[in-house]
Amino acid sequence: MTYKGSFATLRPMNAVRKLGAYTLGHLYRMGTMGLFLVRMLAYTVIPPVKLIRLLKQIRFIGFQSLLVIFLTGAFSGMVLGFQGYYSLSRFGSEAFLGPMVGLSLIKELGPVITALMVTGRAGSAIAAEIGIMRISEQVDALELMGLNPYRYLMVPNFLAAVICLPLLTSFFDVVGIFGGYVIGGKLLGVGPGTYFMEMANYVEMSDIMEGIYKSLSFGVIISWVCCFKGFYTSIFTGFGAEGVSKATTQAVVLSSVLILVWDYFMTSLLF
Amino acid sequence: MIQIENVHKSFDGHSVLKGVSLTIPEGKVLALIGASGCGKSVLLKHVAGLMTPDQGRVLIDDQDIGSSKGKPLRALRERLGFLFQGGALFDSMSIFENVAFPLKEKTRLSDALIRSRVFDELERVGLAGSEFKYPSQISGGMVKRAALARALVRDPEIMLFDEPTTGLDPVIGDAILKLIDACHQKLSFTGIIVTHEIPKVFSIVDRVAMLHEGTVKAEGSPQDISASEDPAVQAFVGKEFREA
Repeated sequence: MTYKGSFATLRPMNAVRKLGAYTLGHLYRMGTMGLFLVRMLAYTVIPPVKLIRLLKQIRFIGFQSLLVIFLTGAFSGMVLGFQGYYSLSRFGSEAFLGPMVGLSLIKELGPVITALMVTGRAGSAIAAEIGIMRISEQVDALELMGLNPYRYLMVPNFLAAVICLPLLTSFFDVVGIFGGYVIGGKLLGVGPGTYFMEMANYVEMSDIMEGIYKSLSFGVIISWVCCFKGFYTSIFTGFGAEGVSKATTQAVVLSSVLILVWDYFMTSLLF
Repeated sequence: MIQIENVHKSFDGHSVLKGVSLTIPEGKVLALIGASGCGKSVLLKHVAGLMTPDQGRVLIDDQDIGSSKGKPLRALRERLGFLFQGGALFDSMSIFENVAFPLKEKTRLSDALIRSRVFDELERVGLAGSEFKYPSQISGGMVKRAALARALVRDPEIMLFDEPTTGLDPVIGDAILKLIDACHQKLSFTGIIVTHEIPKVFSIVDRVAMLHEGTVKAEGSPQDISASEDPAVQAFVGKEFREA
């Protein structure tokens, strides 16, 4: 009886203790992640920047993403062309297909889809590469050579993402707008003059800048989350191949969620 | 000189080091022996500044590496060479690039001089002809030798070896130990070798320390340790001697 009684009193205490430990663990991770961002930003503005590595990462994140951005941009624009035409034709406003496709892509779909594609293609690879370097002690080897891992691993990825995301987004927008024109203009009969002139009338510079600001911030989110998850693989996600696999999954999921959440706040602020 | 003073370290409430104190005079090499999991590699990582002690300190020429940060820490580490158990070669670089990397990043040597230095170093460790292979294309023994070349290429004052012969066959293992000895003769570094190679390692070191249950169970010259009557030391060293 005494044994059962002591269990009964311990169970609620254990639950509280576990909840406390869980909360503290999450706060610790969030604090570590915040400090990681501060360090990454600090080493970005303190020279020297590793130029060769930066160019390599620009090639990887930017140039090598062009095909996937072309495909997603073209098909997103084409879908918008179809959906926009059928929606607008209900109100007899087919002439506004150009502005609808342009504004949707430039302000919202371009930055978000580009960021999600780059997260899946490059962000996952960044997290996996740094994670493998961490578990195989390559990061320790860098430190023991008197070299700073932030300068070698994080800053080139951060700068490359911040440089490439706006460029890739612009490419996505242009391809998407032509995709919309192929459907709306060539297939469904909206004239090129109407499509492009109305777009020029309604799309303003502030709309374009909104998309650029969003893509810049998404570049920060992707490089921050993916580098962090890779760098802290053995500490927060476990050891070995399983740890790297978890870190990569978490990097992609957290980056994607943060992109969508941050997109909402940016839209609210810039609306 | 390396001074390890009363170092304690715990992981998740489990004490690994319980007050370890050791001194390694300049130019001398210490073999750190003990059962697997007794904290040898953990202690070595404290000396390299990759871990900080919960209590106690590690001094390198009177400078506390555990409390050093930023530039002073990097300056201390530039004097260190570390041979990792798995080699820790950069797997996206060739053997040549791995060995050249510290020279390219930390010196102002010309490309031609770096090239000749790297080729010399790789020849010294017996890797001539494998310069442009990648770590995944060579054997475990070759990885260890390439890692040794990378660790030694900048003539470190202090060398730390984490189980340099583990996982290698006896012939390659002997060759690595002889290579370490030859490098010590040439460079006169202060060193710590974490190893299970007893008694082979006794012929190339000046001192031996045995870790047991988180503390230094015995310390002395290789002869002292071999002749120790402590049951824990005998159980470990004696067994290894009998097997040898």
